[in-house]
Amino acid sequence: MPLLHVTDMSHNFGGLQAVSGYNLSLDPGQITGLIGPNGAGKTTIFNLITGIYRPTQGSVEFDGEELVGKKPNETASMGLARTFQEMKLWRHMTVLEHIKMARYSKLSYGLWGAFLDTPKRRLEERQTTDLAMEYLKMFAVDQFADQLVVNLPYGAQRRVEMARAMVIEPKVLLLDEPTVGMTPDEMMAMIEVVRKAHERFNLAIFLIEHRLRVVHELCQHVQALVFGQVLVEGTPTEVQNHPKVIEAYIGQQEVEF
Amino acid sequence: MDETLAPKQTGGIFYRVGLFFKPVPLLGYLIGFLVCVLWEQLAGEGLSSLLGLPKMPILFGLLTIFKVLAGIVNFLIKGDAFHWARLVEIPMALVYLTVIYLVPLALVARAAVKPANAMARYLQKFPLIITALVQLGLMYAVLHVWAEVSDYRLIFLKLTLIAVLFTLSLNIINGYMGEFSCSHPGFMAIGAYMSSLFTVGLFASDKVLGDAVFNFSAAYLTFPLALIFGGLMASLCALIIAIPSFKTRGDYLAIISLAFLFIVKSFFENMQALGGSRGISGQPDWATLPVIFITMAFGIWTINNFVTSTMGKALNAVRDDESAAEAMTVDTRKTKMAAFLFGAFWAGVSGGLLAHVLRYVNPAMFSVQKLAEVLAMVYFGGLNSVYGSIVGAVSISLLGEALRPLEIFKWIVIPLLLILVMIYRPTGLIAFKEFNARQVFGPKEVD
Repeated sequence: MPLLHVTDMSHNFGGLQAVSGYNLSLDPGQITGLIGPNGAGKTTIFNLITGIYRPTQGSVEFDGEELVGKKPNETASMGLARTFQEMKLWRHMTVLEHIKMARYSKLSYGLWGAFLDTPKRRLEERQTTDLAMEYLKMFAVDQFADQLVVNLPYGAQRRVEMARAMVIEPKVLLLDEPTVGMTPDEMMAMIEVVRKAHERFNLAIFLIEHRLRVVHELCQHVQALVFGQVLVEGTPTEVQNHPKVIEAYIGQQEVEF
Repeated sequence: MDETLAPKQTGGIFYRVGLFFKPVPLLGYLIGFLVCVLWEQLAGEGLSSLLGLPKMPILFGLLTIFKVLAGIVNFLIKGDAFHWARLVEIPMALVYLTVIYLVPLALVARAAVKPANAMARYLQKFPLIITALVQLGLMYAVLHVWAEVSDYRLIFLKLTLIAVLFTLSLNIINGYMGEFSCSHPGFMAIGAYMSSLFTVGLFASDKVLGDAVFNFSAAYLTFPLALIFGGLMASLCALIIAIPSFKTRGDYLAIISLAFLFIVKSFFENMQALGGSRGISGQPDWATLPVIFITMAFGIWTINNFVTSTMGKALNAVRDDESAAEAMTVDTRKTKMAAFLFGAFWAGVSGGLLAHVLRYVNPAMFSVQKLAEVLAMVYFGGLNSVYGSIVGAVSISLLGEALRPLEIFKWIVIPLLLILVMIYRPTGLIAFKEFNARQVFGPKEVD
């Protein structure tokens, strides 16, 4: 039984068929990549799985539970964390507050606790702070804990976003182009971060990536998406050298990485 | 280049004054103010007649100064008679301010640095609640003595304290959650009417609401219940705004909430059972200064607790990026609902206090002008900040009163000031600053 099981998922925006007949099965500890040219519908697939959009057809099962119809915060608290291509950090919040925020669903003191500063709230807030600091150390951003996130260097912002997703304690992590806009050094560091997180928590990771180098380093299994349909799937080398993929994704040229 | 030059600059006069007062803790200022207000009670009358002022300056001399200025303006525009000898009142008012307030405050606060810090440090050993209660008690004593001098001061102070609570409750929605809600005077109206219904209907005889149902001398003890009832009814009505806010943001929510304000206002205007446009009067005089002060302090405490908790920080997350908040397990619907209901609750409570201070309530009090006033307080003081709301509410109230002699020009000066603030500090004077009670009440470490 796979952890995340998507069967025959389709979605259209008005008349535009964004995704059609998409299937995915992700086992615990597996890293699967999703590649495809711009506008192929990769991020739409993420949004469909996490519940931002509702698929017009098909089902998404996570840990034996149906996800279609659930709201994004519900899927996330079930253990399906994601990151965003454009990061989506909160401008006016510090790094520590970012990490604590992702523990929202785990807090049990409720609104009355928040209003009246009960001992339970103080205890939970303290525990959450300790846990958040642990995660910040793990992702090597603990020295920025009290700084506003907009003041951080780009690579650190990316790591904060990763830490924010990881503190949910997810079973499946969806990464939307984690290395976009990075220098080769930063990219290698990011690959290490993802690999470490994967090994430590036995995470299943579903990764959108444009850089074939990253896909090659991380993934055991790759899907190539073109115009909302999976064209080819298999090992990275297979997919990358498949003539259809080369034609659709890179045009007539040789693959370069 | 700036960085290398920076340490050499000794700074201007403000910097030096700031440095001089840096080690003074809140406790020091409170003691200073207490000395000032006692000194004023002793010497205020004598000094003002010595200085030739017509009567004792009520609002730190501001009112006196602007009365003279208003005389000049009227002379220039309408040609009204103006006695030039009155010009002397301006420097005299300033002398009064200096002698009664500034000099004693500066001297006592600076001289009391050591004992005040020692005492603050001693108080810090106890739980925060004790430190807070001692200093709030002292603050109340200062306000009480200050307000004893005249009834005008008392009512000004009461209205200002209510404005602080009202502004902060709007700051939850407009500042912390970043929506633009215009419905707040409507919530205040509901709170004012419902608590009046409770007190006047049950404990007072009135033309509109009939004879008193209960008659016992300790009826004022039910006043908290009346306030809570008003607040709860306001939060119930806030659902009408909270539910559309799940789907709408920005301009559209502003329009919906403005519509809500008009609906509430015309509801009360046409509701003959509640007095129609004449409203309800004859509220018992239960909103005394201590009641208002305690309610305000408790309100600020709960609001500050809320916005500093992770539950409350979710408001900021929703404001800065709603989809990211949702992806990070934040229940955005619950968050928005909590913000609206909680903000409306405190708006309702402040409405209840307002009705019992003025001892009448009518729909015209909760018009768009009230909205403009509270929005000015929120945006002038600073978004996302408890300090900001306090500063905004106090300074706009003070300015509004001080400029009253200028009549129509008041509405040129205040908006002009707001424009200047918006140009130089777009988020308000003290925005995005967390209110840390331990730090506020604690000693100042001298380095």
